[in-house]
Amino acid sequence: MLAGTTNKFRLTLKGSTDIVTEFFEYGLNSILYQRGLYAPEDFKSFKKYGLHLLVSTDEKVQTYLKTLLSQVERWLMASAISKLVLVIISKDTRETVERWQFDVQLEKDPKNQDASITSRGLKPEKAIHDEIQAVLRQITASVSFLPILDEPCTFNVLAYTDKNAEIPPDWKDSDNAHLLPENAQHVRLRGFGTGVHRVESLVAYRSYE
Amino acid sequence: MDPSSLAYQEEVARACGLALDKRILAFASEPPPSEHPTDLRSHWNRPLRPPVNPAARRKVATQPERVLDAPGLVDDYYLNLLDWSPNNTLAIVLGRTVYLWFAETGDVVEFCSVGADPSTSTATPTAGSPGDSVTSVSWTQDGAYLAVGTNEGDVQIWDVEQSKKVRSMPGHQARVGVLGWRDHLLSSGCRDGSIHHHDVRVANHRVAELTSHTSEVCGLKWRGDGAALASGGNDNLVHIWDARSSTPKFTKSEHNAAVKALDWAPWQLNLLATGGGTHDRHIHFWNSTTGAKLSSIDTGSQVTSLIWSRDYREILSAHGFPDNQLTLWSYPSLGKVVDLTGHDARVLHTAVSPDGMVVATAAGDECLKFWRVWERKKVDKSREADAHTSRPADKAAVSDDGLSSAFERKLKIR
Repeated sequence: MLAGTTNKFRLTLKGSTDIVTEFFEYGLNSILYQRGLYAPEDFKSFKKYGLHLLVSTDEKVQTYLKTLLSQVERWLMASAISKLVLVIISKDTRETVERWQFDVQLEKDPKNQDASITSRGLKPEKAIHDEIQAVLRQITASVSFLPILDEPCTFNVLAYTDKNAEIPPDWKDSDNAHLLPENAQHVRLRGFGTGVHRVESLVAYRSYE
Repeated sequence: MDPSSLAYQEEVARACGLALDKRILAFASEPPPSEHPTDLRSHWNRPLRPPVNPAARRKVATQPERVLDAPGLVDDYYLNLLDWSPNNTLAIVLGRTVYLWFAETGDVVEFCSVGADPSTSTATPTAGSPGDSVTSVSWTQDGAYLAVGTNEGDVQIWDVEQSKKVRSMPGHQARVGVLGWRDHLLSSGCRDGSIHHHDVRVANHRVAELTSHTSEVCGLKWRGDGAALASGGNDNLVHIWDARSSTPKFTKSEHNAAVKALDWAPWQLNLLATGGGTHDRHIHFWNSTTGAKLSSIDTGSQVTSLIWSRDYREILSAHGFPDNQLTLWSYPSLGKVVDLTGHDARVLHTAVSPDGMVVATAAGDECLKFWRVWERKKVDKSREADAHTSRPADKAAVSDDGLSSAFERKLKIR
């Protein structure tokens, strides 16, 4: 690589997968905190992407997220995942209350990465972090417009995968995409790109007239 | 599947916005349930930092103002060996001798002794049988006389100016660990659990006997208006007595250890604070009118004494293991204002200066320390004048045994 381009680097699929998985980890933790799914006392602040991000200290929650994300990581490596969705469900009625959707797309075909080093694949790490920071900031800021969750809620995680992706036993075909009713509000949040993956985010919530 | 139904299925899928080459998977296991219910509203409404109030911002000197040695101070939780008179004289008992420290001049005198000891100078007036020692001291409300309780159960009254014993009021079968004045009535708490009221003006001094405690009485405090008495004992009980009665008005068994620390709030008549010993560590606040417990603090250490501030809505507690500290609490919020550490052993006794600003503490490390806990608030002129005129209207009258019959005025205890 040329000397002038040392501040940029070309991510491999593996590198990009790591970044996206890490983003999911902080993103999901932030949502769990911001939406009050677990008590604020059970979170600890970590400095990441130039932000103070809250991560659950509850071991059970941590194990749950780790298990889930390790599979997401495998799917990312296999380029078999297109969406990761966190749905917030009412504990009593099992109705979907809120839906956080992260769309994953490939920015370029990793199979052909040797063919040409395009400028698209080159992106300084700082730029990626800045984009991620902006997304996480928006997640934090979203509590200002999202309705208060009045009922006790739990959550579930959905993955939209290729038809012939490898499915481990702890993932089941969902009979329900947990879509919100017609009149739901959709807010598109920012996205980020690693040069390999492009992640867009969207939050949908029930609207009250 | 025939082509037409396949085509139909695709058509339906497209209409529903589903892609047939995709699968929607759900992570099968349920997320762990939330341990505590959360209400975001309360979370977001919580102020980021506690509201600033002048009392909390107040600076309290964390170092003692003065430190004196107190060699030979008996390390016994059940005794009361320190008292500060309204005339600004501090009485402290070291062994069998009472010393007076004059706060204005800083002079120390050996005031009196009980029990004979050939090594002590004969200049000190001595009373009582050999081998006796002082187990409690208490000043009258005018500071002219000092009541002294002894190990052998004697209660003596000493005239400060003349340095001589005025009278002796025997009657207790065991050591007298605590004394409390109410005008001319002196109450004494004994190791056998009895409390005697002595009318110091009359020959037949014992006017009442309260026997509800089953173990050593170590805390005794008259309320400011003299209408109620609080007592605490090694039987872990707190009794609140009506001044006219010899059966307790309320008996409180919430403490799990001896109750030595007792204090009535000076600015709210019916508010009593009590603190328990090593196994209890709690301060309880009581309404003495209804007997209800108002609130509690778990202090994490034995509570050896409690002092309410006169001017501030604050209470100071003295503690033992592990930090041997004084802790200042605001009331009724029960927030900790400050910890004052400095003693190497448990704080045994405390006394507050007549102006209510300085607290003297005597600890098991044989040190006497003076802490300026409270600063004078801006003086309210009218209140100041009030305080002066209403001051010692009725001084405690103490008489000799022989002259006591001359006093007709008897305190009636029903």
